[in-house]
Amino acid sequence: MATRDNSFIFNKNSGLKTILSEQQLALTVKRLAHQILENHLKLSNTVIIGLQPRGIFLSDRIVAEIRKILPGETIQYGKLDITFYRDDVRKSLHIANATDIPFSIENRKVVLIDDVLYTGRTIRAALDALLDFGRPSHVSLCVLIDRRFSRELPIQPDYAGKVIDTIISQKVKVCWKEKDTIEQVILLDS
Amino acid sequence: MKLSTKHLLGIKDLNREDIQLILSTAQQFKEVLQRPVKKVPSLRDVTIVNLFYENSTRTRMSFELAERRLSADVLNFAASSSSAAKGETLLDTVNNILSMKVDMVVMRHSASGAPHFLAKHIPAAIVNAGDGINEHPTQALLDAFSMQEKLGKLEGLKVAIIGDIMHSRVALSNMYLLRKMGAEIMVAGPPTLIPKYIAEALDVRVEYNLEKALKWCDVANVLRIQLERQNQPLFSSLREYNLAYGIKRKLLEKLGKDIVIMHPGPINRGVELDSDVADGPFSIILNQVENGVAVRMAVLYLLANRDDD
Repeated sequence: MATRDNSFIFNKNSGLKTILSEQQLALTVKRLAHQILENHLKLSNTVIIGLQPRGIFLSDRIVAEIRKILPGETIQYGKLDITFYRDDVRKSLHIANATDIPFSIENRKVVLIDDVLYTGRTIRAALDALLDFGRPSHVSLCVLIDRRFSRELPIQPDYAGKVIDTIISQKVKVCWKEKDTIEQVILLDS
Repeated sequence: MKLSTKHLLGIKDLNREDIQLILSTAQQFKEVLQRPVKKVPSLRDVTIVNLFYENSTRTRMSFELAERRLSADVLNFAASSSSAAKGETLLDTVNNILSMKVDMVVMRHSASGAPHFLAKHIPAAIVNAGDGINEHPTQALLDAFSMQEKLGKLEGLKVAIIGDIMHSRVALSNMYLLRKMGAEIMVAGPPTLIPKYIAEALDVRVEYNLEKALKWCDVANVLRIQLERQNQPLFSSLREYNLAYGIKRKLLEKLGKDIVIMHPGPINRGVELDSDVADGPFSIILNQVENGVAVRMAVLYLLANRDDD
């Protein structure tokens, strides 16, 4: 089960709170990889798709973890950019990233991976984008951080690293070594 | 990041970052066009009118396809079959169309500067699809995209633009763009078709001998001889033009190196380009057409957002 810890939301003194340390983050990624495998023992029928830009850091790690657990197994792993499917295209300009899905998703089980689940709008766009590549038999969602109570659409994760309660003015920042030099998840008050 | 301009009137108004942004966005749209569903919902709330005051096959179809693949609503206007034939002015026509809640205008006109005039008078974003002998910015962008795709870079590339430089909006847009991106340019053709002082004005080389130009370049962008824009004969005959400036297979084989052949279309076969060159292994002419849709999708996508209001 995903761990729940709501104590920090009442801590009004500090503007910054660590949600996951580097060590906790590594353990959480391992757990997510195991949980995905529990439900997808036959990887031959499963595809893993990370969401651009920041979901990729998590999906890269989960895929590496699965490779460690099942060496020699082929893993179908793709990357999806949802920029052109956003519902706020004309409000602000978003720069597109590369989409790379070099296999068919028709009748496959898709595991979508993103870092933070907040309003659910990104996942709504991702589902639209995904369906343009074919008709998967099943789609599930894996996120590192689930900001529950902030949803604007009826979308829930199947795998969550950590479920947190936040208010709109707060910001969750997931830092990855490749991008931010340190590896941790923090909550910022603004 | 966003474009520094509200309209795409010409490459002249763009900076290097704008061009890079358009080309990298086009790269993502090119991927979209390989998908089973070649359509994205980005501009589903945008209506675009294609105002064509001059004939066009490739550009109009390419724009229309780009608009539809972005899920925009599309209106088509051809001057020959409209009230323009009854004497309505350009501004009246456009204002009437805009009052029907149209967001963007794609325009081709035989008068240089027509889209610039329109930009001063209407609020909608305008994309120039070719104005007289001035600019054809999306063609230059798709040419650059195709060169980059084929050769991996623009910086330092040697590009020869061959033919009717004087009357070619493709040539002018290409020269602006390639100079901004750090490519070297040589214009080649008969002296009567190359404007005086172009070397100084646009920082390009001028060459009157075709073989020398081909020996120098990595890419030859061959222009169409525009018979409709010539009020006076600037060369004696098409046959003579072909003998002196037509690209022939034999000539290319003599060079001892591979050069990329491009043409904005429509080709006058046997005049500026022989068939065995146009259809030959060095030609990327059909790639240009394919890339045109992705590049135009990028331009429309980047101009459609209303960040500022």
